[in-house]
Amino acid sequence: MTSQEILDTLKSLCGDAVLDAKLDVLQPWISVEPLKLAVVAKALREDPRLDFDFVMCMSGMDHNNGTLGAVYHLYSMTQKHKIVIKAIVKNEDARVASTAAIWGGAEWHEREAYDMFGIVFEGHPDLRRILLPDDYPGHPLRKDFVVPEYYNGMKVPY
Amino acid sequence: MITEPRIIPTPYVTKPGAIRTSTGKTIRTDEMIINMGPQHPSTHGVLRLEIVVDGEIIVDVIPHIGYLHRCFEKHAEHMTNYQQVIPYCDRMDYVASMNNDWGFALAVERMLKIEVPPRVEYLRVIMAELQRIASHLVAVGTFGIDMGAFTPFLWTFRDREKILDLFEMTCGARLLYNYIWIGGLSHDVPPGFVEKAKEFCSYFGPKLKEFNDVLTYNEIFVRRTANVGVLPPDVAVNFACSGPMLRGSGVNFDLRRDDPYGVYDKFEWEVQVGKGEFGKVGDVWDRFIVKVREMEQSVKIIEQAVAALPEGNVQAAIPKRIRPDAGSEAYVRTESPRGELGFYVVSDGSASPFRVKARGPAFVNLSVLPEISRGCMIADLVAIVGSADIVLGEVDR
Repeated sequence: MTSQEILDTLKSLCGDAVLDAKLDVLQPWISVEPLKLAVVAKALREDPRLDFDFVMCMSGMDHNNGTLGAVYHLYSMTQKHKIVIKAIVKNEDARVASTAAIWGGAEWHEREAYDMFGIVFEGHPDLRRILLPDDYPGHPLRKDFVVPEYYNGMKVPY
Repeated sequence: MITEPRIIPTPYVTKPGAIRTSTGKTIRTDEMIINMGPQHPSTHGVLRLEIVVDGEIIVDVIPHIGYLHRCFEKHAEHMTNYQQVIPYCDRMDYVASMNNDWGFALAVERMLKIEVPPRVEYLRVIMAELQRIASHLVAVGTFGIDMGAFTPFLWTFRDREKILDLFEMTCGARLLYNYIWIGGLSHDVPPGFVEKAKEFCSYFGPKLKEFNDVLTYNEIFVRRTANVGVLPPDVAVNFACSGPMLRGSGVNFDLRRDDPYGVYDKFEWEVQVGKGEFGKVGDVWDRFIVKVREMEQSVKIIEQAVAALPEGNVQAAIPKRIRPDAGSEAYVRTESPRGELGFYVVSDGSASPFRVKARGPAFVNLSVLPEISRGCMIADLVAIVGSADIVLGEVDR
């Protein structure tokens, strides 16, 4: 399927969740309503024409304009096509519906995005920090993050 | 040594609570939490596994990672130049640095729409395949140690040394090479490299047979690994497993063929998949044999690439300051020895990346561990972790 066909199919399945799309770039992307991401993911996974069964990558993003993003790079092992799904949220209300129940491969990536960006994935089975210690202050990959001078009473050397 | 494949039955009951005394009475058992790692020889680095056990049977495994987190993504954003990210990529999967460099260089090249000279493509394939053999040798050798076989470990490290010698003569480094750069290579291979590479190929084939005789088809080893930690293909795909982990489950998928990059399409080679020769498809032995057979295929690729190596430049004409267009982004995946190594690079038009996300195959492959180790014995967990072939440097990045 071409990305235009993927977009059309997705619109026919859950049209109200699709917000925006850009298909004339290196890797075409579709932006969707963050809190309806789980519905979109279910459609992407279960529709036999789309059949996106493989999460290549899931990344958090800070766009440095007050918005954060959850970016899913999806691939279909059967149909051999790719698409990028983006869910863009405001910094102060960073809530995205989790897709971990649909794609097991997204579970740890979502934990990482929560850890690094503070994006809360609603419905995630185990949303804990994954790489950083549990008591770490803040989310370090946010663009407004300032490295703390002290961590647990220890001076941070630089 | 067993010569003919045969099915070995599952040796134990994998039902929690079903423990019987010798008089036939069922006894009640309690669950208990055991901590394995972070400093444990079988976790291949600093991985901590919190294991809930019922007697000797695993009820749940909770992996705790992050002990080796070195902020790769944060560092990458703070470089003043795209090229400066390459040495950090080296240090992610320190057993397969060449493949990591290639992954990142390829992502930036796709963003800049650069074509690299043919000699670079061939040398990259040679380096990546040599590195794949070196990495798989570490994987199968240390896996042998996990299973109690010490000799094959020494043999694999002896052969890996030959590859490291080749890398050393190429770029002076033995572990972290910084050799594959954006737009080409740091420099050409020295005179005599091609002959040495050919020599290695003819040396390595018979050694692999020796290795198979002593470990792969060894009855003790097969009984220890067959039917253990079975990963069904649908679960493997759902958890986005890749590399030998995915192919061990019988899924015929290799990025070198299915999402082509480099010049792999010019060579004759086959994708190896697990067939369940001694047990169920997707067991620990299948994941192991896929790695062994991939080494044979890599030798085949290297032989062809070395024979066809074209002359020419080893650096494409690229701008001194690399600045991809603002807003451009690319997710590029390559087949590292452990599986799909992806780099998601976003540019804001400046000379440093706006965002780099590294999708490490070991990170994703490890996330399926709880799924496949429930119901196993504790000793089998060692086999499963070993067969997943994780490098904690890449899991934690």
